[in-house]
Amino acid sequence: MSPSKNPATTGTALVKRGLADMLRGGVIMDVVNPEQAKIAEDAGAVAVMALERVPADIRRDGGVARMSDPLMIQEIQAAVTIPVMAKARIGHFAEAQILQALDVDYIDESEVLTPADEENHIDKWAFTVPFVCGATNLGEALRRIGEGACLIRSKGEAGTGNVVEAVRHLRTINAQMRRLHSADANELFALAKDLQAPLPLVQEVAQSGKLPVPLFCAGGISTPADASLVLQLGAEAVFVGSGIFKSEDPTRMARAIVEATTHFQDPEVVAKVSTGLGSAMKGWETSSLELRLAERGW
Amino acid sequence: MKRVGVLALQGDVGEHVTMLESLESVVVKVRTIEQLESVDALVLPGGESTTIAHLLETSGLRDVLGEKLRSGFPVFGTCAGLILLSSEVLDGRADQWSYGALAVSIRRNGYGRQTASFESPIEVKGVGSVSGVFIRAPRIVAWEERVEVLATLDHGDGRGEHPVFVRQGNVWGAAFHPELAGDPRLHRLFVDSL
Repeated sequence: MSPSKNPATTGTALVKRGLADMLRGGVIMDVVNPEQAKIAEDAGAVAVMALERVPADIRRDGGVARMSDPLMIQEIQAAVTIPVMAKARIGHFAEAQILQALDVDYIDESEVLTPADEENHIDKWAFTVPFVCGATNLGEALRRIGEGACLIRSKGEAGTGNVVEAVRHLRTINAQMRRLHSADANELFALAKDLQAPLPLVQEVAQSGKLPVPLFCAGGISTPADASLVLQLGAEAVFVGSGIFKSEDPTRMARAIVEATTHFQDPEVVAKVSTGLGSAMKGWETSSLELRLAERGW
Repeated sequence: MKRVGVLALQGDVGEHVTMLESLESVVVKVRTIEQLESVDALVLPGGESTTIAHLLETSGLRDVLGEKLRSGFPVFGTCAGLILLSSEVLDGRADQWSYGALAVSIRRNGYGRQTASFESPIEVKGVGSVSGVFIRAPRIVAWEERVEVLATLDHGDGRGEHPVFVRQGNVWGAAFHPELAGDPRLHRLFVDSL
């Protein structure tokens, strides 16, 4: 065979980060079956996260939370045309290998599942499929990017319906990026040490003032107003887990959060879509929590 | 100076804005009918075509843009934007609509899911070699003669060359993402045509 006129290269940083760029301004919804996936797609979700239990149920049921059954992921892939993401446990590269073999579009190495390794995250450079990881601060975000993550989401506190932790993590990441951006070159070595982050990435953030990959928000978003809030705080898209299918009217809530995400700077639109929505998920006050998922991962 | 809009409902809006600003156009992010009425041309970015189609309807922009396209309004769509401009969408949702402004049939995710996303050099007529970034890209599987083919790709899958960058009158479409490669030459073609 003659060499192709157009030699194609898969799995490059550009195509892996590029899919995250395509999700900007969108809502990624947790779904547990094909019916929910269809509802999410109908409502305008940019992607779905296929998992067996939404975080609120993982929190309620306890036990070890693992990667989902491949059959469930395949049924969801067959049901929708939008990207399908799935979660692997922190450090569980064998689960990630399975998810790549299943041809999922993104892997979330997620603190919502029970960690498989208390020291090491997955070497994400070794995969063709891109990874998203959670972070509570800039050092954590840059460590994950150093390991090959192509998308960062602020962790928030999943399954609580309470946006307070998401706000804390976004504000922390943004404040630390502003600090780097205003630092002079001599300070970056000590700042990299304080952040426990790779120096080249610290220098890159200092130069550009932003992460080298998109920054989305997750964990506790449960109303259109929550979506507008975190987008105004600098998130580029939102993950909504329990907030949709634990609300009174999931179809309406899903559509409303999608519209609020697009028109987050227009309070009249957010007001309109928030009107008569029915109740959001009940939620938890985070000081009452026994299990803090955001503390998983390091 | 021409005012060029970027449809800013969802997708990689920022990259298109950066490209157009480097060409010294006046760039407007378009989310409302008033904003659409204020521009001389529009870019439809990459993103999720089902999401953008949904938001075009809820924002009331769908019919206004359709009317403009029928009267020769210049539009450049990349990836999801190409899907929205095409005349037939295969493997889409049952209710997926498109504007029919480009006489091409496209297959959604026509090169495969994300693990098959790829980069490949593309030879563009009158421009030269550009970096083609294809992400869950649509594949043009049929096209009418009135569609001018500006670049083709041989994906090496035995199905031969097919268009990846096309023009029909004032409407342009690329299956890939020139906005991600940091190279404004295809945007310049579009802006220079205005």
